[in-house]
Amino acid sequence: MSGIRDVIIVGSGPAGLTAAIYTGRANIVPLVIAGEPSSTGDQPGGQLMLTSDVENYPGFVDGIMGPDLMGTFRAQAARFGAEIVTAKVSRVDLTSRPFSVWTNGDSTGEPTFQGRSLIIATGARALMLGLPAEQQLLGRGLSTCATCDGFFFRERAIGVVGGGDSAIEEALFLTKFAKSVTVIHRRKELRASKIMQDRAFRNPKIEFRWDSMVTEILGNGSVSGVRLRDVTSGEESTLDLGGLFVAIGHAPNTDLFRGQLDMDPNGYITTHDGTRTSVEGVFASGDVQDTVYRQAVTAAGSGCMAAIDAERWLEATAHAAEQAQSQS
Amino acid sequence: MPPNIVTLSDSNFDEEIKSSEEAVLVDFWAEWCGPCKMVAPILQEIATEQEGQLRIGKLNIDENLETARRFEVMSIPTLILFRDGEPQLRIIGAKGKGQLLQELQSVL
Repeated sequence: MSGIRDVIIVGSGPAGLTAAIYTGRANIVPLVIAGEPSSTGDQPGGQLMLTSDVENYPGFVDGIMGPDLMGTFRAQAARFGAEIVTAKVSRVDLTSRPFSVWTNGDSTGEPTFQGRSLIIATGARALMLGLPAEQQLLGRGLSTCATCDGFFFRERAIGVVGGGDSAIEEALFLTKFAKSVTVIHRRKELRASKIMQDRAFRNPKIEFRWDSMVTEILGNGSVSGVRLRDVTSGEESTLDLGGLFVAIGHAPNTDLFRGQLDMDPNGYITTHDGTRTSVEGVFASGDVQDTVYRQAVTAAGSGCMAAIDAERWLEATAHAAEQAQSQS
Repeated sequence: MPPNIVTLSDSNFDEEIKSSEEAVLVDFWAEWCGPCKMVAPILQEIATEQEGQLRIGKLNIDENLETARRFEVMSIPTLILFRDGEPQLRIIGAKGKGQLLQELQSVL
């Protein structure tokens, strides 16, 4: 361990790296613990690493690829002196200051890093269906990343489970390759934004199975179809598919902080007065505390807020310590 | 780039895999795949550390779809370890270095 850091940022999506840019520019020299490579949203760069075209991030008139956008965030954070390490946090201790952080499986002994303040920006990950065949068929026709795997499904019939923006985005993306895309949704209408809905309804390759739940993924070696249950009639049916993509929502990556920070019943970190958490000196930004907006630009915005909150808090505590010293 | 990283294609794949004395870990990747970009530098490190024991083969699936199809690659990154020309182990999805080494250890 090399000294106590002023601020440790856990996570390197839009929230974490924006916090790094702002704290870096305030000369605080942030340490960013970026995460470990994976094929889920829980990886360096976050969920945008699994996104193709980002069309709604201001400043990019013609859109930008998700991984490219995160490359620019990272370069900008590095330019202002952020130290970025590729590691996954395995344990934190927020019960005393400085806060302690262990990485890469370690959870005992000397902490890997210690920080006076902590900005949590660990984001969220895609939920899976929780069906038994899932683990076995993942990467074998079952995918949570259309941009990674869509290519392999040329001229096939594909299913997409979900009805939100990410499901419709995946469905639209997959029409570039697939023979047909069936959106399987357990309600009668989509949650996706109006513009995405319009695009989906207009696309001749997209069909819908409303009020339907996947009860089983079929396939020996690779996905061959799904069993569906109509949630209103209870009727069961089989749909033949050459691939299945799951986009049924997200869960925050907060297991590390359970029992140490206040959270809502779904595990999102609760914040007050900006990005403050229930522990003084710990701030949360991005999808890890956002149950409403969950956009790249709102995550970046809240990363900026966390940086400013942390910077002011560090100043105030340093000032208070000085005063206490001069009075004694 | 370490000397034990080779670029594979549909035309040289069989020859490179079969003629190799060392095991070959083939990385099925593409330019547009975010997680592939995270794995690439890790594979470079592993190549350097395991020189003499392991070669890394890079196969761009956009340009070499035939080989990707032949090995039923349906998700990238996919890593397949070949020994004596035969696939021994398949790792699907991006992983951290520690976990990759752990999975490779069983066959190296």
